[in-house]
Amino acid sequence: MTAISDLDTPRDRLHAARAAHLWLALLLVVVSLASLAWGASGTSLWAALAKLARGEPLTQLEAVILWDIRAPRLALGICVGASLAVSGAVMQGLFRNPLADPGLVGVSAGAGLGAIIAIVLGAALPVWLVEITGNALVPVAAFMGGWASTMVLYRVATRGGRTSVATMLLAGIALGALAGAVSGVLVYIADDSQLRDLTFWGLGSLAGATWAKTLVAAPLIALSLGAAMTLGDGLNGLAMGEATAHHIGIPVQRMKNIAILTVAGATGAAVAVSGGIGFIGIVVPHLLRLATGPDHRTLLINSALLGASLLLVADVISRTIIAPAELPIGIVTAVLGAPVFLWILLRRRTMMEL
Amino acid sequence: MLTARNISVTLGHAQVLAHVDFTARAGQLTAIVGPNGSGKTTLLRALTGDVDYSGTVLLNGTDTQGQRPWQLAAQRAVLPQATTMAFPFTVIEVVRIGLTNGTAATHDSRAMQALRRVGLAHYANRFYQELSGGEQQRVQLARVLCQVWAPVEDGAPRWLLLDEPVASLDIGHQLEVMEIARGFARSGGGVVAVMHDLNLTALYADEVAMLAGGRLLAHGTPADVLTDATLSDAYGCALRVNTAPQAGHTFILPHAANLMTENWSAS
Repeated sequence: MTAISDLDTPRDRLHAARAAHLWLALLLVVVSLASLAWGASGTSLWAALAKLARGEPLTQLEAVILWDIRAPRLALGICVGASLAVSGAVMQGLFRNPLADPGLVGVSAGAGLGAIIAIVLGAALPVWLVEITGNALVPVAAFMGGWASTMVLYRVATRGGRTSVATMLLAGIALGALAGAVSGVLVYIADDSQLRDLTFWGLGSLAGATWAKTLVAAPLIALSLGAAMTLGDGLNGLAMGEATAHHIGIPVQRMKNIAILTVAGATGAAVAVSGGIGFIGIVVPHLLRLATGPDHRTLLINSALLGASLLLVADVISRTIIAPAELPIGIVTAVLGAPVFLWILLRRRTMMEL
Repeated sequence: MLTARNISVTLGHAQVLAHVDFTARAGQLTAIVGPNGSGKTTLLRALTGDVDYSGTVLLNGTDTQGQRPWQLAAQRAVLPQATTMAFPFTVIEVVRIGLTNGTAATHDSRAMQALRRVGLAHYANRFYQELSGGEQQRVQLARVLCQVWAPVEDGAPRWLLLDEPVASLDIGHQLEVMEIARGFARSGGGVVAVMHDLNLTALYADEVAMLAGGRLLAHGTPADVLTDATLSDAYGCALRVNTAPQAGHTFILPHAANLMTENWSAS
């Protein structure tokens, strides 16, 4: 037997991807601290921590800024960033295409429509239903809207286990336009207080973060992301097509249903609390595929970690770059994300089956 | 034993298979042959459960309908005609997906063994999408071999179902792939292959099922099935069966063929 060449030990991206869990978790911790520390007010996290360490009470201003403004914003940012990135990764695996993203193909628009319906028509609901759902009405309605649009999109764009990119993107435009039109009608019939709710919601930022909001969205997001993490093997198999996925032992139909519900749940909850924030779902999985490969068993976890970090960074930029005013976070993510989207499109033009 | 009874398949309004009976035994390589549109691939897809069919398919004595995907995957692996990957997986990563269903962690080195078996160990780190069609097909064969590595497990044979496994390969690699398939059968596993090449069929098959027009025309040893009369009937052209001087195997010489006159005028 000849000496073992390096061919016998193939370069293992799986190990690198597993190591990245740790590095990305560390990054998230660092970014989280930065997000607590920086803001429009001069309140310093370090000064506050030093005070606490010395046993001195915080001033009421410091406590409110750190605990009631920055902390829920941090928690919501982590939830939303992880949701958007994982939704993107799951949709891309489901559609077998790196350009699928909840924001681009109308899922966010559908979820947004659900949220608007809940805000405007919520008043007409029976009182007992409103009492049961309470604060959860808007996120649940957004989930239903996201679920419906994902189902429609999948039915339209996928024939015989193959997804046409052109059909997917065009169907997404149509869905988005339809959702926008219906939303417009609803805005017309909304009364003044509803209009105010709609406007604040539609601004699309983490600015309105409260603990109440976070605690409503977090369970749905946690459930969806937890379910998404079980999809790794299934999405790897699906990369070879539905028939082959079935042949290697994957219950394809059940897996697809879980994937669609996951995307609807995570995107719906994220849209309900933060409006439409784009491109996180495309940029994060794509960067990770470049760095550590497309294996979904690690990609989904890494997407959650990097998505949360990236959204927090975008949020810090959005509230400090023109402080004391605040730039909508959607602008920041679009500036970061749109070039990456174009780059994918140009680089992989030959493989896109357009 | 892989047994299909009274299989009929209707796609749209066209009946593609009508009342086909098919049997493959463990330890043998069973080829499904027939002209284009005869229903070869459809029969294989009925055996794998990829199309809706009427009739029954028994895999090692159990009806495949009603079995869970992972139960089937533990007993049989399927090689499609061609496989595109949606994302930039490397060759070794594609082969490892074949380990998904089994006791993956303990057999990670099996992926490299399988790649060596198909002669592509040096491609382990290449991107699958950058390989030629024939190379991709051999990578997929390695993945399929990973899935049912031991031809016999717990006393029950495992199965390789191959859809035109050599269609995109050059002659040397055609022989290599057929040798792998035959080796799997000789070790106690079962192999069912849809074949386009009648000479390779004659060389490697233990049993041949000949389809034409969605019906089973003949089922038996190559010597029984690959006869002048059956072949001419199935393919609609006069074919002469011959024997190679040294090896003694049956071969079919296409350039000696004449199209039958009624087919000529019909088209």
